[in-house]
Amino acid sequence: MKTSNELIHPNLNSSRRDFLRNASLLSGGLIIALSLPACHRAVPPSKMAGSSQPSAWLRIGTDNKITIIVDRSEMGQGVYTTLPMLIAEELELPLSAINIEAAPVGAHYVNDLAGGQLTGGSTSTRDAWEKLRIAGAQARMVLIEAASRRLGAPATTLWVKDGYIHGAGDARLTFGDVAELAATLPLPSPKEVVLKKTASFELIGKGAARLDSPSKIDGSAEFGIDVKLRGMKYAALIQSPVLGGTVQSVDSTEAVGMPGVVKILTVGQGSGVLVVATHYWQALKARDALKIVWSPGARLNVSNATIRAGLKAASSGNGLSARKDGDALAVLKSAPHTLSATYELPLLAHATLEPMNCTADVQASRCDVYVGTQVQQMAQEVAAHAAGMKPDQVRIHTTLLGGGFGRRLETDFIPAAVEGSKALGAPVKVIWTREDDMTHDTYRPPAYDQIVAGLAANGDIDAIHIKITSPSVTARLFPSPDSNEVDSFAVEAAANYLYDVPNIFVEYVQHEVGIDVGYWRSVSHALNCFVVESFMDELAHSRGVDPVEYRRQLLKKQPRALRVLNEAASRADWGKTEKGHFLGVSVMEGYGSYLAQVADISLDASGKMKIHRVVCVVDCGIKVNPKIVESQVFGGIVFGLSAALWGDIHIEGGEVKQANFDTYRVLRMSETPQIDVHLLDSTETPGGMGEPSTALVAPAVANALFAATRKRLRTLPFAGQIAIA
Amino acid sequence: MIKLNINGGELEADMSADTPLLWALRDHLGMTGTKFGCGKGLCGACTVHLDDQPVRSCSVSVGDAVGHKIRTIEGLSVDRSHPVQKAWLEIDVPQCGYCQSGQIMAATALLATNPSPTDADIDSAMSGNICRCGTYPRIRAAIHRAAELSREATAK
Repeated sequence: MKTSNELIHPNLNSSRRDFLRNASLLSGGLIIALSLPACHRAVPPSKMAGSSQPSAWLRIGTDNKITIIVDRSEMGQGVYTTLPMLIAEELELPLSAINIEAAPVGAHYVNDLAGGQLTGGSTSTRDAWEKLRIAGAQARMVLIEAASRRLGAPATTLWVKDGYIHGAGDARLTFGDVAELAATLPLPSPKEVVLKKTASFELIGKGAARLDSPSKIDGSAEFGIDVKLRGMKYAALIQSPVLGGTVQSVDSTEAVGMPGVVKILTVGQGSGVLVVATHYWQALKARDALKIVWSPGARLNVSNATIRAGLKAASSGNGLSARKDGDALAVLKSAPHTLSATYELPLLAHATLEPMNCTADVQASRCDVYVGTQVQQMAQEVAAHAAGMKPDQVRIHTTLLGGGFGRRLETDFIPAAVEGSKALGAPVKVIWTREDDMTHDTYRPPAYDQIVAGLAANGDIDAIHIKITSPSVTARLFPSPDSNEVDSFAVEAAANYLYDVPNIFVEYVQHEVGIDVGYWRSVSHALNCFVVESFMDELAHSRGVDPVEYRRQLLKKQPRALRVLNEAASRADWGKTEKGHFLGVSVMEGYGSYLAQVADISLDASGKMKIHRVVCVVDCGIKVNPKIVESQVFGGIVFGLSAALWGDIHIEGGEVKQANFDTYRVLRMSETPQIDVHLLDSTETPGGMGEPSTALVAPAVANALFAATRKRLRTLPFAGQIAIA
Repeated sequence: MIKLNINGGELEADMSADTPLLWALRDHLGMTGTKFGCGKGLCGACTVHLDDQPVRSCSVSVGDAVGHKIRTIEGLSVDRSHPVQKAWLEIDVPQCGYCQSGQIMAATALLATNPSPTDADIDSAMSGNICRCGTYPRIRAAIHRAAELSREATAK
């Protein structure tokens, strides 16, 4: 019989991610780290904490163990497969030979499209597309040079294939054979590198299986919540029910004597109370026994009603220009006809399936933080602040993320673990319950949007004015010193309005609503695409023109958008709909990708809507891994449909009223329509695909509902306005 | 000490009888493949088998689990050779992967009683398991594929 009380994950205590420090121990041989600096732009000093950790994307051991260090967080979008593929393509390396490690904080790991070490904005592949292929080619060249010296053969007679360096006759070397020598040679400059032509790609464009799948089907994949360190304690955090409230008094008389409880402390400048125990269940039970008086703070009077009233009032004021073509306001004044509408969008939770959690191990002069984060540098800064240390004393170990969706761009779940570990002198893992997670999220911004079109006598659109009123995520997370700068992450899918209209004015009114809002998958695309694509449908119907045909006429100068639209219409049998079925369409450009969706719905005798099928056609340029792109399209549609049908966070008295999946409903398998994804061939540079499909499904369904009912739903979610089967 | 029959072996740990099986597995017994998602039996991330029936381990106390056969994702196979695991790899189902242990345990329980499920059977058996990444279309495909693999194995 096996007695198991405290099984320690063997590879965790010394942290398998702490690779370079322990590299020589792990391999049993000398490890050569090929450091491949990229041409990244300087990071602002405030965002780029110093780091003593060396930077590299590739490590080749003398034992030929090949490790690719991935500097983006794996949260389901596939970066632990697609980014290694880019290096492996140029290095002529089979994917089966690759080991993956998460990058530490480091200057080389900055995402040039984000200005920091950040995973988000559908930027990972776009940022890495040239950078990692160049890195792979540089490594190939230096390995060949080393092999040339070893074999005494000219480099031009050597080539790399299937993970070996080949030469005349039977000459064959592993990368490991020459790794030591290669590390002493200068890397060729990126300018000397000649990248493979598209036609020669062997990995890119093929649907290789995900490298992280095996660990995700046998329970061995390690998420933040799974981290286990020797001597680690578990902690439950309680935060003020009223958002932003602070502790006035804590009576822990009962809790302190409960089984397993080792410490109870106020953390986060009074924002919460942490109960640390030997096991998590003990911490949870003791947490329930605490008697806390909260000082509710300024948000006590915030409610959905005040939020909506505030947005509506702000929307009558002037905003900042996010796009101005011609003079839409002047044209609108004299337009023979106008069509206008107002759309409203609710607050939404992220609801990643893995609730927020963080494990910290604060020691005398260093702090190790194990966390599923999308922002390693910010995590490091926040942890350093909580530990009273300098950032370079903090090591961030990025685990797999059980969903990100933008929630893990925040760092609010980090300090309590650090403070707890510091107070206790032992590693502490803080796990939020689902209720903690849902009631203390940074919610997707609500919006109150007005849109008006000026129509010529013949019905042509002469002018369009899209006025978006919403709070700004960016103003809180990445504030700009320029108060006249529009938050570009509030106006996506409006500022890039695709249709051929001579006068376009996109206006943004920033109005803060009293609670923190956060980036949410596809960010403002999902908000604004609903408005713009619903309204394009309104315009088409107002003229009695078929909605696909109407868009076609206005997209003649947008060949990529026109192509996805036509393909989606064709694949959805637009115009040949089965009796009782109704179709709705939407088109969008986002993150450099073009998408069109068609939703196919029916209503039963009682008026209940059933969504039968969603067709999505995508032109995302070159598809690095089509199977992963397809999965992201599925994922975005399911995520967007959850929000469109049910997503609705209610605030009353500063408290969030939804706490778990019984009151915050998300899509389940039985509610998921058939999703047909078609990826078009394209030679364009890859576009981002982690997010955009999320945005198109709400307007596609709304437009299908209009076709079915002649009723225009301009507010999300649909639940409460129409019965859903 | 509470003694549990897990994956064919006896394991024991010092814990109170009201400890949910989920936390016993994860914290006391070091088996972290079973995930915490909601704590209320709403999401299915913590699905394990109790006497071959799928249950939400967040809602079963260890006291109630004593004397029953518990099977977790770690006990499905030693080499990812269970037909459901094979099908999951073939179809490349996981995205973030967090819900997948629970999905796989729900799927194996379904196939154990219904070797050739229809889409409707699958929807009915799997709708207690939430996937926020939207792997549902591939889960459906993988369950059909696992059913095929099992039938092929039986036919041999």
